[in-house]
Amino acid sequence: MLLALPLAGLAGDAGPRYVGLPGGTFVSALQYEDAKTGVRVAPFALMRKPVTNADFLAFVRAHPQWQRDRVAGVLAEPRYLSHWASPTALGPQALPQQPVVWVSWFAANAYCESIDARLPTWSEWEYAAAADETRKDARKDPAWRERILAWYARPSNEALPRAGLQAANAWGVQDLHGLVWEWTDDYSSLLVSGDNRDQGDPDRMKFCGAGALSMQDRENYAVLMRVAMLSSLEGADATANLGFRCARSAR
Amino acid sequence: MKKSFRALLFAVLAGLAFTLLSAAALAADSAPKPAPLPRDSVYQLPLRLTDQSAQVWDWRTRRGRPQLVSMFYTSCQYICPLIVDSGKAIDHNLTPAQRARLRVLLISMDPAHDTPAALQSIVDKRRLDPQRWTLAAPPAADVRAVAGVLGIRYRALADGNFNHTSALVLLDADGRILARTEQVGSRPDPEFLAAVRKATTP
Repeated sequence: MLLALPLAGLAGDAGPRYVGLPGGTFVSALQYEDAKTGVRVAPFALMRKPVTNADFLAFVRAHPQWQRDRVAGVLAEPRYLSHWASPTALGPQALPQQPVVWVSWFAANAYCESIDARLPTWSEWEYAAAADETRKDARKDPAWRERILAWYARPSNEALPRAGLQAANAWGVQDLHGLVWEWTDDYSSLLVSGDNRDQGDPDRMKFCGAGALSMQDRENYAVLMRVAMLSSLEGADATANLGFRCARSAR
Repeated sequence: MKKSFRALLFAVLAGLAFTLLSAAALAADSAPKPAPLPRDSVYQLPLRLTDQSAQVWDWRTRRGRPQLVSMFYTSCQYICPLIVDSGKAIDHNLTPAQRARLRVLLISMDPAHDTPAALQSIVDKRRLDPQRWTLAAPPAADVRAVAGVLGIRYRALADGNFNHTSALVLLDADGRILARTEQVGSRPDPEFLAAVRKATTP
C-alpha cells in the first residue's frame, strides 16, 4: 500500500516534471533595439505545468519564512496566498492541483531556488509559448491567435481549472496559455513605453541606454497583454490570476 | 570506583555546562539585543555585497543609520554619472551634522564587470568620501531581487550596457523606504531633499 501510492501518483503524470527545449535564435514580438535580428535563447528545461497549490504548500511548510503570516512585507504584499484556508492549509478556494496564484515574484523565485531551478526569462517563456500543439512557432496563424485571445476575454472570477488539463504544445509544455499569467525572472526588464507615464522628464532621464521597448508584431495582442501586465508589476505584488513555473539552464 | 568516577565526571560536566549556559544567558541579557527587523524593511531580503575595498558583508550591517541607496554600473556613460551627481547634490544641501548621519550606498547592476577595482576607480574619479559612500556589487543571481525591493527596473543590452530606471531611495535606520525619487541630476528633487533632511535631523 505504501509503495502503491507514489506509483498511482506517477501514473497520472505525463513523465518528468521538466521538458528540454533546444533554444536558438528567436524573433520576439517585442522590438529590441539591441537585438533586431532576434534574441539568442540557450538550451533550457521548462516545467511542463505551472506550480500547483500542493507544490507550493510543501514549499511553505519546509520554508516557514514564506508562510503568509511570516513573510516580509517587502517580499510579498498582504494578499499573498490570501485564498488559502490558513498559512499552512489549502482549503476550498485553493485545490491541490490548481495552479498556485496570489504569489509574489520573490516567493516564486524562492520556490524555484529551493528546487535548484530558476524562473524562466521572458525570452524563454515567449519562445516556449510561441508553439501550438503541432507547430513550434504558430504565431502567424490568425486562428491560433484568436484561440488565445478568447481565453483572455473570459471572465476571471471563475474558479481556475486544474493545471495540466490542456493538450501539450509542440515542445511538450502545457498551460502556457489559457490558465494563468506567469511570472518571469526578468519581469522588471520589460520597460514598455507605459512606464514613461507623466514623469515630466524626457525619456532619456528615466532610461539609461536604448529607451523603452516597443512592439514589433502589433497583431500579437496576447504577448502585448502579458508584457503590459508584467511591466506594471512590482516584485511584491500578487494577483488572482498570476502564477509561475520554473526553468533550468542546460548544463 | 569506576562508577563513582563517572558520577563525579558527570557532576563536573553538568556543573560546567550549567555555568556556561548561565554565562551565555547573562551575556545575552546584558548585550543590547537588536530589535527584530520591521517586516517592511528592505533588509528582509538577505543580500551579500562586495564593496570597493573587496570587503564582503550583508547589507543588514547598514542598519542603524539612514541610507541613500541607488543602483548603477561603472561602465555607464550617461545616466549613472548623474546618479553620483544626485547623491553629491543631496550631500551639498545638508548641514555637516545631517551629512554625518547619512550614508550613501550605490549598488551595481553589473556584478560581472563591477569588481572592487572598477568600483574603487569611480570612488577615486568622483572623489567620493569612502567613510560615507560605499559602492558595492551583489552576486549576479541577486541583482533582480535587490532591484525588486528598491523598485528599480532594468534590462541587460546586447552591447553590455543596461536599460534601466534611475531612482534614489531613502531608507530609515531600519531599512524602511521613507522616500524615493526618479529625478536625478545635480538639482535635487525638493520633496526628496526635505525627506533626507528630516531623516538626518534628530
